[in-house]
Amino acid sequence: MIVTIIRKELSMLFISPLAWILLALIQLVLTWVFLVRLDAFLEIQSQLLQIANPPGITEIIISPVFAMAAIILLMVTPLLSMRLLAEERRNHTLTLLISAPVSMTDIVIGKFLGLMVFFLAVITLIVALAISLRIGGALDFGLLLSNTLGLFLVTACFSALGLYISSLTAQPVIAAIGTLGVLLGLWVINLAASETDGWLHYISLLKHFEQFNQGLIDTLSIAYFILFIVTFLVLTIRRLDGERLHG
Amino acid sequence: MTDETAALTLSAQNLCRQYGHHMAVQNVNVELRRGEVLGLLGPNGAGKTTTMRMLTGNLAPSAGSIEICGIDLLDKPQEAKLHLGFLPEIPPLYHDMTVDEYLLLAARLHRVDKHTLQTVLDNVKQRCGLEAQSKCVISTLSKGFQQRVGIAQAIIHNPDVIILDEPTVGLDPNQIREIRSLIRELGVSSSVILSTHILSEVESVCDRVQIMHKGRVVFDQTMAELQQQGTSLEAVFTQITQ
Repeated sequence: MIVTIIRKELSMLFISPLAWILLALIQLVLTWVFLVRLDAFLEIQSQLLQIANPPGITEIIISPVFAMAAIILLMVTPLLSMRLLAEERRNHTLTLLISAPVSMTDIVIGKFLGLMVFFLAVITLIVALAISLRIGGALDFGLLLSNTLGLFLVTACFSALGLYISSLTAQPVIAAIGTLGVLLGLWVINLAASETDGWLHYISLLKHFEQFNQGLIDTLSIAYFILFIVTFLVLTIRRLDGERLHG
Repeated sequence: MTDETAALTLSAQNLCRQYGHHMAVQNVNVELRRGEVLGLLGPNGAGKTTTMRMLTGNLAPSAGSIEICGIDLLDKPQEAKLHLGFLPEIPPLYHDMTVDEYLLLAARLHRVDKHTLQTVLDNVKQRCGLEAQSKCVISTLSKGFQQRVGIAQAIIHNPDVIILDEPTVGLDPNQIREIRSLIRELGVSSSVILSTHILSEVESVCDRVQIMHKGRVVFDQTMAELQQQGTSLEAVFTQITQ
């Protein structure tokens, strides 16, 4: 049943021009960043050779691209997640799903996974960008892997939160603005903490993503991301069930 | 007796639904047998839509029980919903999809067997007169055709219980006649609940009529009984609900 929902979400997504435009724009911006970093690398390459243990191309080019990608996806997710439930509610199509022999959990997880398949395509394109560097040199695949994993997990967090906020309202635009607001808040919340080990650092999405961006696959960060995703998915299911009960 | 219970497709006992302190539906009993078309009548705000949403699992009742083909809707919602087709007041259509894409989705959601999908699809389009619209995007269809797509969605999996909330609203007289004959046809093999404001519709289509008023069922008789008494439905309706 989940597969049916995923297929439906993907077909709905790709029927509209929005997904295609976003895919194109994301790729355009990231390729631009990629080329700028490549240019910078080529300029300083001769100086790098004089250092004893110079940073490689993955560190100089790919990590910044992934850092940029995370910020772009933070802004793109609300645009895609807003329609998931808010639009269904506004168009009264949620009734079709609820009257069908499909559980609430299937609906929510199907919608979440549908969005994740889209983001998987985005991330694959970024990885393809990185792999193109193999033409001119050797890649640090460990760093690439940790960046990919980190970006995937952090986007899954964005999507789960977006899905939950989308379930709260019947107005897609409000869902988008709400999601963007909360995500930006969670992104920069650690800036408020003056000491380096303040508790605010633990709830900042950016802080956890930075670990992956530097090549550190930290179990604490993975646990935080997974907890974040599960929490918001459960909240969404509860929210939809609550509507049925208290309507 | 055993024969009668076997034919019982839907049975709801003592349904209640509260919104805050307001009782929208109180102690409503609905029983439906195979091959029966039940007309649900009542003024606006009488609780018809609330009752239908409860019968289809869109709304949980505050009290009472619902059984569909002997399966408890609250205990085993997924199995029970397999036997259920629902057309809400506003048809749940994805306006960006084509008719085929939409019906295919509805069929998959209702677990129609993969191998029979195409025959089921052709069959339902033929029944609802949608063959020529297969490749049309739903938002470009007229209201009447959108309503037909809504009905097609509700009957695609051959459910035992079909619940239609005001299916003929906004249709022209020819379309109304077609939809009515379709409902009659559906009423032969399944049971149908039909909510409407049009009394003549009930007279021409339904076997039994229930009138709701202020959240209660205040009238429940078969059309045959009504005819025997020689009273018209309109007289009964105004007398009860005024």
